[in-house]
Amino acid sequence: MNRRTLLGSAAALVAASALPSFAAEDKLKVGFIYVGPVGDGGWSFQHDLARKAVVEKYGDKVETTFIESVPEGADAERALTQLALAGNKLIFATSFGFMDATINVAKKFPDVKFEHATGYKTAENVSTYDARFYEGRAVMGTIAGRMTKSNKIGYIGSFPIPEVIQGINSSFIHARKVNPNVEMKVVWAYTWFDPAKEADAAAALIAEGVDVILQHTDSTAPLAKAQEAGAIGFGQASDMAAFKPTPRVSAIIDNWAPYYIKRVGEALDGSWKSHSVWLGIGDGEVEIGEITDAVPAEVKAEAEALKAKIASGEYHPFTGPLKKQDGSDWLAEGQKAEDKDLSSMNFYVEGIAAPMPK
Amino acid sequence: MISVFILLLGAATPILFAALGELVAERAGVLNLGVEGMMVGGALAGFAAAHATGSPALGFAVAALAGAALSMLFAMMTQYLLSNQVATGLALTLFGLGLTAMFGKPYEGVKAPAMMAGPLGLNWMIWLGLAMVPVVWWFLVRTRPGLILRAVGENHDAAHGLGYPVRAMRIAALAFGGAMAGMGGAYISIATVLQWTEGMTAGAGWIALAIVVFAQWNPWGVLAGAWLFGGVTVLQLRLQAAGVAVPVQFLAMAPYLATILVLVLISARQKFGRSGGGAAPGSLGRPFHALR
Repeated sequence: MNRRTLLGSAAALVAASALPSFAAEDKLKVGFIYVGPVGDGGWSFQHDLARKAVVEKYGDKVETTFIESVPEGADAERALTQLALAGNKLIFATSFGFMDATINVAKKFPDVKFEHATGYKTAENVSTYDARFYEGRAVMGTIAGRMTKSNKIGYIGSFPIPEVIQGINSSFIHARKVNPNVEMKVVWAYTWFDPAKEADAAAALIAEGVDVILQHTDSTAPLAKAQEAGAIGFGQASDMAAFKPTPRVSAIIDNWAPYYIKRVGEALDGSWKSHSVWLGIGDGEVEIGEITDAVPAEVKAEAEALKAKIASGEYHPFTGPLKKQDGSDWLAEGQKAEDKDLSSMNFYVEGIAAPMPK
Repeated sequence: MISVFILLLGAATPILFAALGELVAERAGVLNLGVEGMMVGGALAGFAAAHATGSPALGFAVAALAGAALSMLFAMMTQYLLSNQVATGLALTLFGLGLTAMFGKPYEGVKAPAMMAGPLGLNWMIWLGLAMVPVVWWFLVRTRPGLILRAVGENHDAAHGLGYPVRAMRIAALAFGGAMAGMGGAYISIATVLQWTEGMTAGAGWIALAIVVFAQWNPWGVLAGAWLFGGVTVLQLRLQAAGVAVPVQFLAMAPYLATILVLVLISARQKFGRSGGGAAPGSLGRPFHALR
């Protein structure tokens, strides 16, 4: 069911949910809202894969519904309310910008459980879950620093929120670690999904001499643009395997399936409790897509070694000494960043020349 | 500087095509809010054809046909069944987005053939878009069919009384608008993004509608509007890439602000008696029935 048919049948759903439901009692209804279309090939696509994994795992015990392309803001509140009225007892809101809408709707439906991705506001019936994307970005940054010939790497950001800023900093720190001459150019697209704009952003970076593009937007448009210009890039959120072996030389993949299966299972057996989790490479929630042969073997080995060290917990991508962009101290030698500092990160690290948007 | 201008022309082309098409439809008195739907239809059909044949030119031709076909649905609803134009247009947009989401699945992750390069580093579609501006202006202002089209748009009862084919004129204008929107959409998939992605027009159709108002239903104004809207997008991205701190939110709303400003100026001019030409066509959005 997509959003439009849902809108069309909203009245029917409201009417139906007012009646006591007999047959539906033994089935857990699970709802999802996505910020982009399931066909975006990136972020929303991965959430939908995880939804399908839930269906596969629990079969007849669950019934899932999703609404795609829900704009962040007031529309999200409406979509969430519709899902709650339609009898969904567990609802996944899968974008940062759904945060306030989720909290508002959760207040009105205390018996419905909500799971909000990448946010920081929780309640009795609202959990948050997030992935340590910056761990994957460290691996991408290492490859980017080694692969660039112009010593200019570019980053297409969506919105200047902590999750994205962590990614920019992590990529840059690790690119510079392997290549002291590397420079980072940043373009904010102010959208999660707008292929034409993402392509224009990639073109603007390429025109500045960038030959390795990292992206934190959801479509494959920057990869297509990179290919046209002979630059390289990385799959974002999803593997984006269609662009192998180049321009896509590796990918950062969000694997939500284990978490969704676990939480739906807990909702089924009654052990679901509100929490706030942040899982990374070691937990299997962030995966690194195949590093293709376009990357020299020694660079590939270096990237994989870094991934292994992060997964085992031996290495934290934000380990001092690190300074902020303005030159002030952030982390002392050997000091690791704390989660609360990361989840409110609003500054670039030293060495990034681009201005932080206000 | 030159490369910025080339990027600007590229970013302006899809909205230029769509807005010129919508301008002709609106000058004939029909408000078609389905531009976005026709664009996305053209984006998919054009991409599919270009991919299948390896020829972008053929892709654009198919996109024009697809856009025109979608506009004929609108024409049937509004011109024969006299449905509400606003509601039908919105429905056409939703229909186009849904339809392409369904049929577009096999084309996800598929790559486009190389675009046809033209003179001065600009592809032929950019040139065609620029050439269409004087052509549309000439047609509307200097030809007899153009005059009839405008008469139909200004006062369909009078035009009908004079024996002009109101409905046929409007259907032709809608077909042209659909074809242009289809080509504009295909420019996004074939030339800008180089692939098909669901919902890829991402609001370009609505910008085209705003441009028509901004331009006060004048083709040259449409060109200025497309450059303004396209230019702001490209310029702010370029400035960011060059490391300049730009107030992105302000730039993003600037074209819309300019549109509102133009509307205010126009209505102020009318209020103080110096009513100029160029305001909305008199019969815009009103249904026409010959037997009324």
